Amino acid sequence: MQTKPTALKILDVVSLILLGISTYLALFFAPTEAVMGDVQRVFYFHIGTAWVGLLGFVIAAVAGIVYLITKDMRWDRFEVAAVEVSTVFFFITIVLGSIWARPAWNTWWTWDPRLTTAAITELIYIAYFMLRQGIEDPEKRARFGAVYTLLGGLSAPLTFMVIRLFRTIHPVVIGNASAAAEGGFSMTPDMRTAFFFALFAFTVIFVDMIWHRLRLGALEEKVEQLKLNTSL
Amino acid sequence: MKAPSPSFFKAMMAIVRKDLAAEFRSRELLSAMLVFSLLVIIIFNFALELDVKVRESVTAGVLWTTFAFAGTLGLNRSMAVEKDRGCMDGLLLAPVDRSAIYFGKAISNLAFMLVVEAIVLPVYSMLYNTNLFQPGLLLVILLGSIGYIAVGTLLAAMSVQTRTRDVMLPILLFPIAIPVLLAAVKASSGFLNGAEFSEILAPLNLLVVYDLIFIAIPLMFFEYVVEE
Repeated sequence: MQTKPTALKILDVVSLILLGISTYLALFFAPTEAVMGDVQRVFYFHIGTAWVGLLGFVIAAVAGIVYLITKDMRWDRFEVAAVEVSTVFFFITIVLGSIWARPAWNTWWTWDPRLTTAAITELIYIAYFMLRQGIEDPEKRARFGAVYTLLGGLSAPLTFMVIRLFRTIHPVVIGNASAAAEGGFSMTPDMRTAFFFALFAFTVIFVDMIWHRLRLGALEEKVEQLKLNTSL
Repeated sequence: MKAPSPSFFKAMMAIVRKDLAAEFRSRELLSAMLVFSLLVIIIFNFALELDVKVRESVTAGVLWTTFAFAGTLGLNRSMAVEKDRGCMDGLLLAPVDRSAIYFGKAISNLAFMLVVEAIVLPVYSMLYNTNLFQPGLLLVILLGSIGYIAVGTLLAAMSVQTRTRDVMLPILLFPIAIPVLLAAVKASSGFLNGAEFSEILAPLNLLVVYDLIFIAIPLMFFEYVVEE
């Protein structure tokens, strides 16, 4: 039985503390935004989760390429961990965004480039899990997963660009999130503190989660090996 | 990378010839794609009530949805026949570059898709009394089909090797192909509605960029998808 490494235990505690501080900063420390009111406080976690979500997808694409070159299963586990954690964080981003959009834009959803790209990116990574589930051979699963994350990572920015074409011609309530867009605002120094702290906190939480998932992946592999050995 | 040798083209063309000859004899793939396309158009006709006014704004969308669905059908089938009875293993045993196999399959898939489009376009023109034979639109259809088939051939090679191979391809392909489909719709409706060329240029550029990226990626990674 492998026990949890001490460093990971410490990181767990640090993550929790940072999440607590970040919550405090977002909910109490940062000043209330003049126009949108308290609902704007969702912004800090919205950006925090979006940042680690995107970070994870980029990491996954890179890990995929490294796997294809080295054929080392550890990179595959790393890729799965990044995609899995990021998919959850990205889903949280979309939900938080909707909560913010309802009062700020007067709608839960709009087909703005960011929102559409986010939705399609989620679908790509859900397809990724379905693909992996359909393949028994772990080595083939890893190869296909790597190629698919790469395709997904390349097509997402193109999706963003193509949706923007639709939107420049059919203007809707909300343009892209430039400063001029509705719901835009400028940050006061206190807001900025809360904002950057949230980014930092979520990055640490992300690392913690990935570490857990990597450990889980290694244990999973061990169980699979043991099962194979007993059945032989 | 080395310059492709003559044997590369020979291998590629051999695969294209094989697919076209097999299809010419059985006609099972093309007939399925065609009948399916016509059914989709009929369904759209009633689902969207395609009268003159509506048609103007949705023709491009209807066409591309039809092409995408029919294309998925063709891609799935063309890879499934290779997988059945171990034809793919035979191809892989041949001492040629893997990318020659990819290009061979992609070119024959593209040929099937273009044939279907070449039949759907006049039928649509006739049914709705519009002229779809405009050089601009034909160019968009060619570019869009290239991008769709380029990424579709790679993904079809993956999906036929999964347990749920009948349903896997559209789920894998559609989210990745969204940029090429939407850019094609945008450019097509631009040409159909006589928009300024400067307006059409942006989606055209995106189509070209998509085509280049998604031809280059399978070229590099196809071998990882087919190796056993």
